[in-house]
Amino acid sequence: MPKVLVDGQPIEVNEGENLLEACLNAGLDLPYFCWHPAMGSVGSCRQCAVVQYQSDEDTNGRIVMGCMTEVKEGARFSLETENAVQFREAIIESLMLNHPHDCPVCSEGGECHLQDMTVMVGHRDRRYTGKKNTHRNQYLGPLINHEMNRCITCYRCERFYKDYAGGKDFGAQASRDRVFFGRQTDGVLESEFSGNLVEVCPTGVFTDKPFLAHYSRKWDLQSAPSICTGCGVGCNTAPGERYGRLKRIHNRYNYDINGYFICDRGRFGAGYVNNKERIDYAGLREVDGSYSAIRHENALATAGQWLNDKRVVGIGSPRASLESNFLLKHWLGPANFSSGLSDAEGPGMKQLIKVLSTTKANVPSVRQMQSADAILILGEDVANTAPRISLALRQAVRNKSFSMAEEAGIPEWQDAAVRNLGQDELSPLIIVTSSESRLDNIASHIYSLSPDAIADFGFSLAARLDGSDIEDEMVCGVADILSQASRPLVVSGIGSFSPDILSSAAKVADSLSNLNKKAMLSLCVSESNSMGVAMLSDEHTLSLASVMEQLDDIDTLVILENDLSRRLDRSALQKLSESKVNIIALDVIENSTLNRASMVLPAASFAESEGSLVNFEGRAQRYFPVFEPARDRLPSWHWLIKLASLDNDNKLSALACFDDVVSLLADSDKKWEEIVKVAPGQTFRDRGQKIPRQTHRYSGRTAMNASVSVHEPPQPKDNETALAYSMEGLNRDQPSTLSPYVWSPGWNSNHSVQKFQSKVDGQHKNQTPGIILISSNQNGFGESVSYERTGALEANNWTLIPIACIHGSEELSSYTKEIAELSGNAFIAISEDAANALGVLDGDGLQVIGGSAEISLEVRVVDRMAEGCVGYSVGYEETLSLAPGQTVRLAKDASWIRSKPHLIATDGASEASLGESLYV
Amino acid sequence: MMEALIQTDLASVLTNEETAAIDAELEHVPYKSGAAIDALKIVQSKRGWISDECLTAISKHLEMSVDELEGIATFYNLIYRKPVGEKVILFCDSVSCWICGCEDAKEKVSKVLNIGYGETTADNKYTLLPVPCLGACDRAPVMMVGDELITNLDDAKIEATFSQSLLSEDY
Repeated sequence: MPKVLVDGQPIEVNEGENLLEACLNAGLDLPYFCWHPAMGSVGSCRQCAVVQYQSDEDTNGRIVMGCMTEVKEGARFSLETENAVQFREAIIESLMLNHPHDCPVCSEGGECHLQDMTVMVGHRDRRYTGKKNTHRNQYLGPLINHEMNRCITCYRCERFYKDYAGGKDFGAQASRDRVFFGRQTDGVLESEFSGNLVEVCPTGVFTDKPFLAHYSRKWDLQSAPSICTGCGVGCNTAPGERYGRLKRIHNRYNYDINGYFICDRGRFGAGYVNNKERIDYAGLREVDGSYSAIRHENALATAGQWLNDKRVVGIGSPRASLESNFLLKHWLGPANFSSGLSDAEGPGMKQLIKVLSTTKANVPSVRQMQSADAILILGEDVANTAPRISLALRQAVRNKSFSMAEEAGIPEWQDAAVRNLGQDELSPLIIVTSSESRLDNIASHIYSLSPDAIADFGFSLAARLDGSDIEDEMVCGVADILSQASRPLVVSGIGSFSPDILSSAAKVADSLSNLNKKAMLSLCVSESNSMGVAMLSDEHTLSLASVMEQLDDIDTLVILENDLSRRLDRSALQKLSESKVNIIALDVIENSTLNRASMVLPAASFAESEGSLVNFEGRAQRYFPVFEPARDRLPSWHWLIKLASLDNDNKLSALACFDDVVSLLADSDKKWEEIVKVAPGQTFRDRGQKIPRQTHRYSGRTAMNASVSVHEPPQPKDNETALAYSMEGLNRDQPSTLSPYVWSPGWNSNHSVQKFQSKVDGQHKNQTPGIILISSNQNGFGESVSYERTGALEANNWTLIPIACIHGSEELSSYTKEIAELSGNAFIAISEDAANALGVLDGDGLQVIGGSAEISLEVRVVDRMAEGCVGYSVGYEETLSLAPGQTVRLAKDASWIRSKPHLIATDGASEASLGESLYV
Repeated sequence: MMEALIQTDLASVLTNEETAAIDAELEHVPYKSGAAIDALKIVQSKRGWISDECLTAISKHLEMSVDELEGIATFYNLIYRKPVGEKVILFCDSVSCWICGCEDAKEKVSKVLNIGYGETTADNKYTLLPVPCLGACDRAPVMMVGDELITNLDDAKIEATFSQSLLSEDY
């Protein structure tokens, strides 16, 4: 390793890095603003100024920017020389000219990078007494608050939003001291990654709006390490709580998965935890259909009568923890367990696991996907089903410009130079899907095919890669691109609900692996624990359809955190409602399955319980309770132990704590052996102490409930995990899976994450990134493919394809007010040609007729749609009766009333001037 | 219907002449967005300023987001995002002109036209804007009125320049 001299001290540096990174790695505090570990350097803020000496004789040196200076063996720098110190202080002073003195009322206060840097350079007294610039703030939607006066023009927001996340509706405006960051006009930020502005902004220009409405300081938040339940990627999060309310979610650094960024569903979609519709107490259905809240002892007594000597069947859930699902299966037996996956998804998940266990390709982490130099997406709308992966793919296509930069001798972190050199040169991204996607604007090739045709294309492509003589131009072109790549990546998934597409993706990946050992295959799943529950399934596992068929032979049904109305068709739901079966339903929030239940048990949400989730790679990760479940809520695994203990066959009553459940799971099958290593158990101690959930500055603990009682309540005891509801203990170098929040002396903002990393942008110092539970035997998928293809459709017959929406399609997040606001109406997506043929415009209504469904949906005209296909928004209440692959007919709904465009406060005037009549 | 109406309106914002001039500029650039500044100048030369409608229409024509084009339009002082008078007075307040007494000359202009910096006369003839340098320091103080450079400013010259306006009743 090269060495450089900093203030006379030799420090070891990594080849090719810049001086700022080198200083941070060496533990030196060098202030900065515009640099970001994931976004590199542009040298615009001038804050990381240091003095560099040209030679041993040079005593004056000259000022250079740390982030723009590559370290070379023997180079000599000074951070502490008067010149550098004064320069850095002057920069802060100049930034402070226009920065308001509003820290006490600013929601960034206490975790503000600008505050930290100001203190770091020692700038205390403001000399400027003139007038400060003021700006008009914009309405940016329900998620992000805008306070432009605080801006210090580091340009990070623009670089993240446009350059990193590919957003178009945001940017820098004006020049000099009038620079403004925002949209052209007020309006909702379109990027699904807009929430990261909250963390990317070094001060309080962009802040978390829902958090602002119920604000607490960072030091007053109680946090725990958690896993996002928004989709199957498994991003790591750090939710914060106070007053029994989930206040906000911040990104929690995980080198392999989310790095520094999460999507808006992950950041803002957990507001349902505070929803008034949450279940507080056990409920028993009366004869008249109404529910009465009952004490949980009474509920259990009643449940006992329904369980003993009865046939009990359990329905699991892809959004419940692995442990809860396992307990349900273990208690009732494999033959009485259903995974709870829909019948459209179940076979696909089975196929997906088979692919992952046999593929010859590498299954990459999100981080590894960024290294791909050619990408093929088969039938998956990644931007909506696994948003964080789409963000990684946006970085991967830049590998072309990185290799151009390497040739030109430009280091990767020279962000502006690399982008200037690369312009729009992108690595190939081939998208083969049924409809448009937000990645289309960076794709080199886009093909719109029906799901069947996508699978056909995949099989032909695999055959071509194997050397078959195929003449199809499209197949040959794609095969050439992929076979020339050094790290090709195939991305597919369950999003099209087509096992054939998965098989074809597997075939392509295997064929590529025969040519190239570095080929990668990544398969997206739909929910946070789809993978876990699919892995629990075996040959005895009942499908939901077979549960419904056997309904008459079942006495009691235990439904674990699963709203069956999202997974069963209407006739099956009707059958369930009319049957005599006793239904015990555990769930977190009111839904239509609970309305059919005989008994409802209040389950704790992810923020109030612990559990493991298995992500799309087969990586098991643990989430921990942020706060104690209120009222009669209990974690589902706890309810299941209580229920099982009522049963005569009392095999679960020996389980005393969560770790016992994990051990039992580990012992149950070889594939779960490693699950005990996912996170340290409750006996873990760091230097004799538990890990504190609260910061050491946590204030007002004893006064928090003074409005109710002046008696100081005891702190809750956590007997289940290695975390404590306390300020006592260290949060420093424990395993990363037990890291509740980041803080380091002098670094109050999330930039303190670098103090937890082994090196800048590197792994956590004590990295425990979860455990990969699926390993491939590398034999290849190898299945010969024979399947039926539906023939050509008759006139005005369309194949339905599912369209996932980042806001609206996921179940629990749509119970969050802000997410519901962004979800918009359920829709039917059609091509422009189809719209012309049907005589409808965007926003009109179309009747969708097919099977048992006859509904009207809003028309959304999309840029591209496969021939003969129409899309529907999945997961919306209105579209629950539609199924992927179903054939439907369409007709214009003449009685449809167009919805008004979304208005914002400042639109009041224009609404009045346009008049109502235009929209009727 | 509403969207359809709005779309037709946007398409007809730019005249054929403007569109042709922009298309001619597009011949010279590798990326459509590369012609952004020229496109703004073309439209401004016909209309005096860039309205929101024009901005949106140009951005559509250049296949860039309106937010990106706004960033460019507002970056440059001489792209006007608000209406200006028939002629823009660019009054130099830089070092050479300042040494040669531009402050007095500016006062005179303001008095004659009854406007300050950033303002437009009531008859919509003139807008007064400061400019850092006009490259004519040897003849300071200077100003530009429309396309005409007026040098060695003094009270008489200023009065003469605006004499037509002075005769009108608005002043």
